[in-house]
Amino acid sequence: MTGQACYAVLGALLFCLSFHALIIAVHPLRRLLAVNVMGSSVFLVFIAGAGPRDPLPQALVITGIVVAVAATALGLNLLLRLAGPAEDDRPSAGQDGS
Amino acid sequence: MSASSLLPLLVLWPLAGGLLGLLLPRGAGPLLLGVSTGNLALAVALVDALAGAGKVAHSVGGWSTPLGIALRADGLSAVLILVAGAVAPLLALYASAAYAGRELRYFAGLFLLFLGALNGLFIAGDLFNLYVTLELLGLSAVALAALGGGAAALAASLRYLLATITGSLAYLLGVALLYRATGTLDLLQLSGQGPALPGGAVAFALMVAGLLLKAAVFPLHFWLPPAHANASPPVSAALSALAVKAPLYLLLRLWLSTYDGAWPLVAELLAAIGAAGVLWCSLQAVLQRRAKLLVAYSTVAQLGYLLLALALVPAAGAAAYGAFTLLLVSHVLAKAGLFLAVGNLARRAGHDRLDGFERVVQHLPLSASAIALAGVSLMGMPPSGGFNGKWLLLQAAIATGDWWLVAVILVGGLLAAVYIFKLIEHTFGGSDRPDATALPRRMEWAALTLAASAVGVGFLGQPLLRLLGGVP
Repeated sequence: MTGQACYAVLGALLFCLSFHALIIAVHPLRRLLAVNVMGSSVFLVFIAGAGPRDPLPQALVITGIVVAVAATALGLNLLLRLAGPAEDDRPSAGQDGS
Repeated sequence: MSASSLLPLLVLWPLAGGLLGLLLPRGAGPLLLGVSTGNLALAVALVDALAGAGKVAHSVGGWSTPLGIALRADGLSAVLILVAGAVAPLLALYASAAYAGRELRYFAGLFLLFLGALNGLFIAGDLFNLYVTLELLGLSAVALAALGGGAAALAASLRYLLATITGSLAYLLGVALLYRATGTLDLLQLSGQGPALPGGAVAFALMVAGLLLKAAVFPLHFWLPPAHANASPPVSAALSALAVKAPLYLLLRLWLSTYDGAWPLVAELLAAIGAAGVLWCSLQAVLQRRAKLLVAYSTVAQLGYLLLALALVPAAGAAAYGAFTLLLVSHVLAKAGLFLAVGNLARRAGHDRLDGFERVVQHLPLSASAIALAGVSLMGMPPSGGFNGKWLLLQAAIATGDWWLVAVILVGGLLAAVYIFKLIEHTFGGSDRPDATALPRRMEWAALTLAASAVGVGFLGQPLLRLLGGVP
């Protein structure tokens, strides 16, 4: 039980740290990473809150991880397009199909 | 078909349409129109079913609540699904004229996913599915905002993405704390339990902060104006009209149901930031020189009214609840129409600087009328949905003795009149430019229909309130 409380506190600390990083970071990649760490901290709190025989939080956290991966992929794609022409499909970005 | 099987269909139909739209190489226009019209039919069927039963529930796959997914709809869900369903085909009609090729395909796919997420959010029965639908909505909205592809749109979308994920995670952390305290995520089982739970106040603060950030409520609105103003017209309309309403809906559910409208301080805080938002962002709208930014700031200001109405619900009851719903519905319609109409003007002028708008009233008479009609509702002039909503809001504020709110509502209305007339003045005045390109008529009709419906809601107040039912 103390182990669980320990994880919960750790998760809360990580959340505060990553929120701090998100606020002070200037580079968008750092901000995206901060949001990722923030996601992991929430998942940690979720798992720490589960009873020993409770499968529900694990199922929820797996869903949460999938959502986080999708969000990160979208963010990285936006970042790449902002940074400059990508090697493959730059000219197609939002043009009318010609 | 039984009423309860409508609920999963409302999610599956647009989601399937969205995936199909992204996969199919052509035919995106008819698909978009067909699926969004079918969605409207489903929404009308739900309203019809609710008119008899009052509430509809469905357990997906026959699994009951601890393990399965519960979908529930009450009057508020039905009103919101109906208005989103009514806006969607018009946006689809506009988009099928405004876009072509790849861009139309992406819009069709993403917009239908967006619609499916929105429907799912309005009928989700537990806190975790609300998180999933909230994220689906946020991600598809960000992708839509990035469709334009320009550097300004991409930068704004990235900011939007970071804001929306941060908001969702703060909400999810609150959900984790609630689960830790109760062992359940079901909204019905949690009903009224929130205030007494250990860590309940912390969970509430986290969830509210996250949702206010996602709804772009003043002073957390920094990401909204650039994201909405740099997107293309149907996207701006979808984001401003629909996307920001979803977190507010969730906030209402959490506060009124899970937390039973607890803590007078919460009501005071919500009223204070709502009032500050109405005044500050209306003023910002007045000061803008770009038409789309003006409309975007008007959105943040109007969200302030929704917050005011929400804050009054525990004290004033049905009047404030009705005000919240009528203001929300009329803002959805008026703002979608306004963004489309301003988009038409900007498309013709080639930019959206107010001082460079031509005398478009001769060339785009329908868009000019749409701006005027949407303006009537946004200002809260009778007869319009905006007027009915504000009237109920004033009654609620007077009933609870909050006279300062009455002043805020009236000053906000005056400021709205100033920025709407600024828009109208530039639309009806200025010089003529004969060489501009013509616009497809349906782009004008879509804008006008939406704006006219916002006024039309003024005549539908009673049926809507009857469908809404009492405060949950």
